[in-house]
Amino acid sequence: MSEVLVLVDHADGKVRKSTLELLAFARRIGTPVAVFVGDAAAGEAAATTLGEHGAEKVLVASDPAYGEYLVAAHAELLAALVQERQPAAVIVTAGAEDREVAARAAIKTGSGIITDAVDVAADGSASQQVFAASYNVTSKVAQGVPFIAVKPNSTAPEPAAAAGTVEAVSFAPTDAAKTARIVKVEEKAASGRPNLTEAAIVVSGGRGTGGDFAAVEALADSLGAAVGASRAAVDAGWYPHSHQVGQTGKAVSPQLYVAAGISGAIQHRAGMQTSKNIVAINKDDEAPIFELADFGVVGDLFQVLPQATDAVNARK
Amino acid sequence: MRIVTFVKYVPDAAGDRSFESDNTVDRETDGLLSELDEYAIEEALNLTDKDKGSETIAVTVGPDDAKDAVRKALQMGADKGVHVNDDAISGADAVGTAKILAATVKKVEEDEGPIDLIITGLASTDGQMSVVPAMVAELLGRPAATQGSSLEVTDTTATIRRDGDTASQYVEVALPALVSVTDQINEPRYPSFKGIMKAKKKPVAQYDLGDLGLDASAGGAGALTQIIELAPAPGRTAGEVVTDEGDGGQKLVDWLASKKLV
Repeated sequence: MSEVLVLVDHADGKVRKSTLELLAFARRIGTPVAVFVGDAAAGEAAATTLGEHGAEKVLVASDPAYGEYLVAAHAELLAALVQERQPAAVIVTAGAEDREVAARAAIKTGSGIITDAVDVAADGSASQQVFAASYNVTSKVAQGVPFIAVKPNSTAPEPAAAAGTVEAVSFAPTDAAKTARIVKVEEKAASGRPNLTEAAIVVSGGRGTGGDFAAVEALADSLGAAVGASRAAVDAGWYPHSHQVGQTGKAVSPQLYVAAGISGAIQHRAGMQTSKNIVAINKDDEAPIFELADFGVVGDLFQVLPQATDAVNARK
Repeated sequence: MRIVTFVKYVPDAAGDRSFESDNTVDRETDGLLSELDEYAIEEALNLTDKDKGSETIAVTVGPDDAKDAVRKALQMGADKGVHVNDDAISGADAVGTAKILAATVKKVEEDEGPIDLIITGLASTDGQMSVVPAMVAELLGRPAATQGSSLEVTDTTATIRRDGDTASQYVEVALPALVSVTDQINEPRYPSFKGIMKAKKKPVAQYDLGDLGLDASAGGAGALTQIIELAPAPGRTAGEVVTDEGDGGQKLVDWLASKKLV
């Protein structure tokens, strides 16, 4: 069976759930081979998890250039592996960096790319939802190797025992790829909450919060959820842009999306309409968010959210 | 400093966005300049406005109506426009679009001299793939610093701040280079009356694929990705809506429990 390359998304060797989802899709097409970029010890640690989810091999690329330069060095690596191994497909997460890595590697290898896939089929075709999820589109890559960037939460991780054999990659990026140098990194304070695009539950606040996100955060914490914000809330300076859900922010598709004090403008819907379940709380019973909510409460979020938080905590 | 900025004419998200029978996006509907491109134009103008020797050139690829995207850029203050228009482009994928844009940059450089910086938006608001800037940089062999929420430019370098979930990276590239910018970087200006009047006299070069040394394979005919199925999504239907009578939070959690979500 042909190999399918899966680019691993990880934090210091801790494999993100989104990568395990990629492995589940990869197994439909062929034999998953994980590509791990990072230091060798972290690669060894990651290989256990990757092997438990179907990765037959774990190719570990440890050149220091990958940590010092943005995107282009990773793309050279991926293109070199594609040329060497001729996989049936290359699957990456649709994150900010990996989609660009895939895009550049696709150019290098004369391949097509499908982004923001929510489903991947055995023949390497992939489905997307476009125009604020108003259309379903299934595409195939007609030339080269299909590069597919998959949205997190599009499938569930599937345990599948495989060897997870670690192989060191000898490829070294050329000087041509060492051009976008990371000169400084400012770490952000950890919120302790899950990553917005990967979270199984997202609780978002909008204009209706009036800038007070305490009730939104409290419900999020009771549910173990990430916190999102509408563009109105971000533009008002109430919540950081990295939490913005919508057309000009992040696209999320969690199991449960709770929209509190968000009217549901098209710009917001574009970022959350693929959520499996949508709950809305809004004072205005004519807010468009109610048109797509599976469950809605017309009421004051400062009354409804604290009561819901207490009720969730009471169930624990 | 000579800057090229890419501007895309997109269907208005507030209107009816749909597809033609050949699975290409219906571009006859009401359209406008992709909002995310306004930030790129603003950033370019901030760098070229005050210096007479500098210029910003707005490049669009698209059918006749796409000239509106260039016009808006010229009204905001861009010096010149380029409109690449060819029936064969219809159906181009991201790779094809990137090839056309890269060839256009080369054409502008051959005709008028080197470009120091290409500034693009984060993504178009229709396709939203956010891959074309990286592809253009790859095709031109130029450094790319993408998704900048701030931009500092010197005579020889460009440095962006790239905001991630857990950290912000500062990324430096040597010019000539490409940068893409987010909507966090500035507040795009509105065209002034004077700007609108002046825009009418600004030159807009018209090219077809042949002028760029490309053939129809850069358009739909050579697309590396093909749509095999396309259908309107079964719309979400409104579910149960209750009015809070002091028990709204409890009802909400009861519903979550019924769905096994808590």
